[in-house]
Amino acid sequence: MKKLPNWKELPMGGLILEAGSAENYKTGGWRSIKPIHDKDKCINCLNCWIYCPDSSIIVEDGKVVGINYEFCKGCGICAHECPPKVAAISMVEERR
Amino acid sequence: MSKIVAKTGNESMAEAMRQINPDVVAAYPITPSTEIVQIFSSYVADGLVDTEFLAVESEHSAMSACIGSAATGARTMTCTASQGLALMWEMLYIATGLRLPIVIAGVNRALSAPINIHCDHSDTMGIRDSGWIQIYSENAQEGYDNLIQAVKIAEECCLPAIVTTDGFIISHGMESMKLLEDKEVQDFIGDYKAPYTLINPQKPITVGALDFTDYYFEHRRSTAEAVLQAKDKIIKVSQEYSHLSQRKYELFEEYRLDDAQMAIVVLGSTAGTAKVVIDELRSKGIKAGLLKIRVYRPFPAEELAIVLSKIPAVAILDRADSLSTMGGPVFIDIKSALYNLEKRSKLINYIYGLGGRDTTLHHIREVYQDLQNILDTGKIAQSIKYLGVRE
Repeated sequence: MKKLPNWKELPMGGLILEAGSAENYKTGGWRSIKPIHDKDKCINCLNCWIYCPDSSIIVEDGKVVGINYEFCKGCGICAHECPPKVAAISMVEERR
Repeated sequence: MSKIVAKTGNESMAEAMRQINPDVVAAYPITPSTEIVQIFSSYVADGLVDTEFLAVESEHSAMSACIGSAATGARTMTCTASQGLALMWEMLYIATGLRLPIVIAGVNRALSAPINIHCDHSDTMGIRDSGWIQIYSENAQEGYDNLIQAVKIAEECCLPAIVTTDGFIISHGMESMKLLEDKEVQDFIGDYKAPYTLINPQKPITVGALDFTDYYFEHRRSTAEAVLQAKDKIIKVSQEYSHLSQRKYELFEEYRLDDAQMAIVVLGSTAGTAKVVIDELRSKGIKAGLLKIRVYRPFPAEELAIVLSKIPAVAILDRADSLSTMGGPVFIDIKSALYNLEKRSKLINYIYGLGGRDTTLHHIREVYQDLQNILDTGKIAQSIKYLGVRE
């Protein structure tokens, strides 16, 4: 296990001085329901990418290619924002 | 050259704020500190200061705005009293935890209920465990001097600080006092360079992140250390200011204590009343003295213990009740500070002056008479008393 810094080694005031360090802190384990993306139904409107509060929709060349489950907390906003006629994202129970 | 002027406590604190010229003031008015905000906002309107003044909708918002402002590295101040300070409570702890040197010009006033606008120390005593540096003032001069020092102290310690005067007694009472020149104040406090700022895109930081079981304890430990280290920095800044102003400032003031057989410990304006009685008793050959606590947080426990251990009978006067059944907060602290000494003084406690009840020379004489009885009999009849209440 990684040795955590003692109180003298930490920046004061609980400040985090390293930019983008949230990437090192995986939060996918918080999820109780999980979005499943169907590439065949998807029209790549990118509503899900716009609304995702955690940058967990993976987009390559303007197309949704998947979901980053290391950070997705299963809030379901992507499934809600996906146009009803398309319904390319469905929420399923998380099983671990 | 210092000017002699006539000012009330509120005017003296507003004047100090004009000379400090903070970057940001966010405040909401409340009696008896309203005038500080009112006078200062007129300085802003008249262009006498460069301050960004935020008139917010509550004291909770005032402290929240101060926290945001201080996190950007701006020199930030506010003013409040009583219920206003109570409403800030949640945010006060955040200011400490984020290590932001916000300064409050405070005016002591009783807490509700019953509603009351007059002086006691219940409001600031209620935040005594928040990590804010607390400095009490005996008069308008000290309110002015302490406020200027608090800016430098807070910034050197990276901790917030509150300077208080007694509501109405000092805040609305006019007295003659000396002002420093604007330049002297500016040279003394210097430019504020925050160690970190929220708005530097070259060096982005996160302020107020979540801590779980793995980090919270370490962060609290480091804040405790900052408070512990603050005492030496307060002493240093006070010495520098004493040199500049020719007015002596220490953690506490000792008045005729050298050979004293009995002493009163008190904070704020009542120290002045006690000094008159002490002079009277001394002229009769009675060895009475006073210890006036100026810096209440961090609590100067070791320093107080050295001085008080030499005095056989000590009365601690609290202008607030802790409602713990253990007496007032200052009494509890001093008892704790003396506990491990080989030779302990006899201590008694008086809760006095709640809701602005006048504490007169007569009351102080009564306290010294009780102390004399303790010296004569070696016994404490009653260790916690209410001074000046109708029985």
